[in-house]
Amino acid sequence: MNKNKDVDSIVIRLAGDSGDGIQLMGSQFAVSTALSGADFATFPDYPAEIRAPVGTTFGVSAYQINLGGGPITTAGDAPDVLVAFNPAALKVSLPLLHRGALVIINNDGFTPRNLAKAGYDTDPRQSGALNDFQVVEADISHLNLEAVREFGLSKSEGSRCKNFYALGVLLWMFDRELAPVETWIKRRLADNATLRDANIKALHAGHAYGETAELAASLSQISLPSAALEPGEYRSITGAEALALGIAAAGELADRSVLFCSYPITPASPLLHRLSRLGELGVGTFQAEDEIAAICAAIGASYGGMIGITSSSGPGIALKTEAMGLAVSAELPLVIVNWQRGGPSTGLPTKTEQSDLYQAVYGRNADTPLPVLSASTSGECFEVAIEAVRIALRHMTPVILLVDGYLSNAAEPWRIPDLSGFERIETNPVPESDSSPQQRAFTRDPGSYGRPWVTPGMPGLMHRIGGLEKDIDTGHISYDPPNHEQMTVLRAAKVASVAEFVPEQKIELGPDEGELLIVSWGSTYGPVYQAAQRTGASFLHLRHLNPLPKNLASIISRFDKVLVPEMNAGQLVTLLRDKLCVEPISFSKVSGQPFLIRDLVEKIESISGEAS
Amino acid sequence: MSNKRTAKDFATSQEIRWCPGCGDYAILKSVTKTLADVGATPESTVFVSGIGCASRFPYYVETYGFHTIHGRAPAIATGLKLANPDLDVWVVTGDGDGLSIGANHLMHTLRRNVGLKILLFNNEIYGLTKGQYSPTSRVGTTSPSSPKGSFDTPVSPGQFALGSGAKFFARGIDTDKVGMRHVLQQAHAFQGTAFVEIFQNCIVYNEDVFASFTDRRDAANTQLHLRHGEPMLFGDNKGIRFNQDSWSLEVIDAQLSPDDVLVHDEGNAILARLLVDLHLPVAMGVIYRQPAQTYEDAYYAHHPSRMRRVKKTRDFIKGPSSWSIDEGKGKA
Repeated sequence: MNKNKDVDSIVIRLAGDSGDGIQLMGSQFAVSTALSGADFATFPDYPAEIRAPVGTTFGVSAYQINLGGGPITTAGDAPDVLVAFNPAALKVSLPLLHRGALVIINNDGFTPRNLAKAGYDTDPRQSGALNDFQVVEADISHLNLEAVREFGLSKSEGSRCKNFYALGVLLWMFDRELAPVETWIKRRLADNATLRDANIKALHAGHAYGETAELAASLSQISLPSAALEPGEYRSITGAEALALGIAAAGELADRSVLFCSYPITPASPLLHRLSRLGELGVGTFQAEDEIAAICAAIGASYGGMIGITSSSGPGIALKTEAMGLAVSAELPLVIVNWQRGGPSTGLPTKTEQSDLYQAVYGRNADTPLPVLSASTSGECFEVAIEAVRIALRHMTPVILLVDGYLSNAAEPWRIPDLSGFERIETNPVPESDSSPQQRAFTRDPGSYGRPWVTPGMPGLMHRIGGLEKDIDTGHISYDPPNHEQMTVLRAAKVASVAEFVPEQKIELGPDEGELLIVSWGSTYGPVYQAAQRTGASFLHLRHLNPLPKNLASIISRFDKVLVPEMNAGQLVTLLRDKLCVEPISFSKVSGQPFLIRDLVEKIESISGEAS
Repeated sequence: MSNKRTAKDFATSQEIRWCPGCGDYAILKSVTKTLADVGATPESTVFVSGIGCASRFPYYVETYGFHTIHGRAPAIATGLKLANPDLDVWVVTGDGDGLSIGANHLMHTLRRNVGLKILLFNNEIYGLTKGQYSPTSRVGTTSPSSPKGSFDTPVSPGQFALGSGAKFFARGIDTDKVGMRHVLQQAHAFQGTAFVEIFQNCIVYNEDVFASFTDRRDAANTQLHLRHGEPMLFGDNKGIRFNQDSWSLEVIDAQLSPDDVLVHDEGNAILARLLVDLHLPVAMGVIYRQPAQTYEDAYYAHHPSRMRRVKKTRDFIKGPSSWSIDEGKGKA
């Protein structure tokens, strides 16, 4: 696959037995290509034998569909998506796929007999053979038969509808219209009303399943050109995997165990799943009764000396807000991961947005600042997780890490880092003094304003913490007005001090002064990088959103214009205006879809055009 | 420990801010006395509370303490107990904190059987917010938010706990030192969630709401102090019998029908439910106790390495397959 193409064309390969009706369907699709126009095109891929033995690799038949509005690419394009109806189909098709492709498996076809026929000694679903791919398992045969039961078809007739069931699932995942496929079915099966209606039903049932199961797809179709990959050892990784490993690595660097507490929510759950398999790295997971309990248990864990981490998506983060304030007040470390999705309210659970930036930076009662950082690629989730934990422990503060649904699922090549290159994560020592334990627990480092991490079980240091305002020196409850002012200033200074510990912002592409600077953050990195490269515009990508990098104002001042592309209605624009008194040009996209490079290029060129 | 600690060793220097005459003072005394009795070590004891009058408790105990947010103490205490199961963790809550805003966490803590001692100070009123009716207020409670009397059906802490799967439920009265120390000691010794309802008198907003059974002058006739394996006797030769027709408990003359008097069985969940609903006398002491594996024990048993780091990140970081890109070559 051309890794640089825009997300406007998706090649899907359905593969199974010729007896599954794949061959028939494939030929029907092929015949209809001319009729269906550019909406979708197919590539039949038949076995040589007309009646090859069932379940064998040489009996696999497949067809590929190109769903896309643009010109149809060649049949040689690697599929982005594979639907494997049986193990043989999986075995034959896997080598065609690129790493990170989406593999949808029909569990019903994976019987011990079929696995043996395909020559699998171990079930590829468990053996790790699919670890380089995004895998969705579903009982497609069974679900399809249930869906078309009302039509009274024979079992084999009913089973043949499963291709459309699978297609319905895919159309949901890729936001494609059902109508063209439906039109095709109507035309094709005009003379058999029952089969026609059953296939349409299967198509709709598959679509409804995708929606109900909140299946999301992110194809890493946009990534850096191959020339940008440095020499080294690489693997394929999703954001959820990288973040899980980063959290475990942070525990190792800090020599602490990690307690990850969360409540299931789309699209945050993959992180919970990944971490629940990393127990041997001193990581525990706790599935709490709700979002509030999840953050509270994480706070309890941090209070007890483990690294407490919670994760959710926007609506869940909203529920956690009060508890974040408690962690700010009690000066406890905590990491809150937000896998952003479209909103408001339940919104678009499976679609990506960057619209929780206000919530992260501004969204708490009272003056309650906390550091906010973000990850730009799946692989970068690893080091950003380490950085988030480092900040949390150094400054004794909750830290918000903004990621999104796209990063959660998207796999990309990742250069495996050498952990020895990461500094150990240190905590602030308990001061040796004659002061009271209460006072010693709140003796703060003059640079980071972080206090020592005194945890229950430590002798002679018994003290009380809580959400009531406390005296800046003694740590006891205080309602004294000037003290509250001092504490408010201290909390702001603590968060501001984070900027002193992080590297200065770099310009990633283009000259360091001139007409136009593009500023972006989060998962838009890929397309924005590409667009900047193609147009020669200067480009920087922010990791730190609160506080902003110290030198950002000076960089921005060297450009005539600043363009901020983001998947929200202009939140980073507001933030930059607020913090730096600049007036960037907003380029916002809130369709739930990633930016297309060509849209960005067009926007950049139109701005350059105005200037000249 | 050669020098045994006394209740005073568990008192902090902080000025106590409860209203004079509040039942909380007596409870605090019983708790600190119990801590001394059971030989608690201050550094491994933690009091976690939510919000409300009761929740000020941690400031007054010379142990570790965390005054958290409204209703969430059980969730925070659960995380703490998972992080360090060796700690002796007490949760102090009230009827509003525990059974209204935080009832969800209380329910899940009880069903999980997390090793926490949960003391619910029930005064059937919101004190800190100035006297509104609470989820345990009786129908008809007049308050600033129910000037014509409340009309919601109250929740029974005991039925709530048992229905949630509590493995230990006991009751005490704030000023009943003997009963309180017994119940607190039993709660302390229990492995799992020990849930204790304490009838607490709010002298400002709901004074004497429990007087019908807490008044010492008539306590013998209005309180049934339970002991496992002992007959349910109280007052002047009175006993408790199970009425098979009405499926309820009733008071009988124990001298006339001694064989009918029930013997307390802490492990009987059905009996516990009947005892919770007994109105006069009111059942006190350990009403239900059914030892079971604690959540933290199960958690550590199910964890592959008991939360310890036995491997390195580098053992996992390569994933199932990796490939190399050499100098001067792009990715294929």
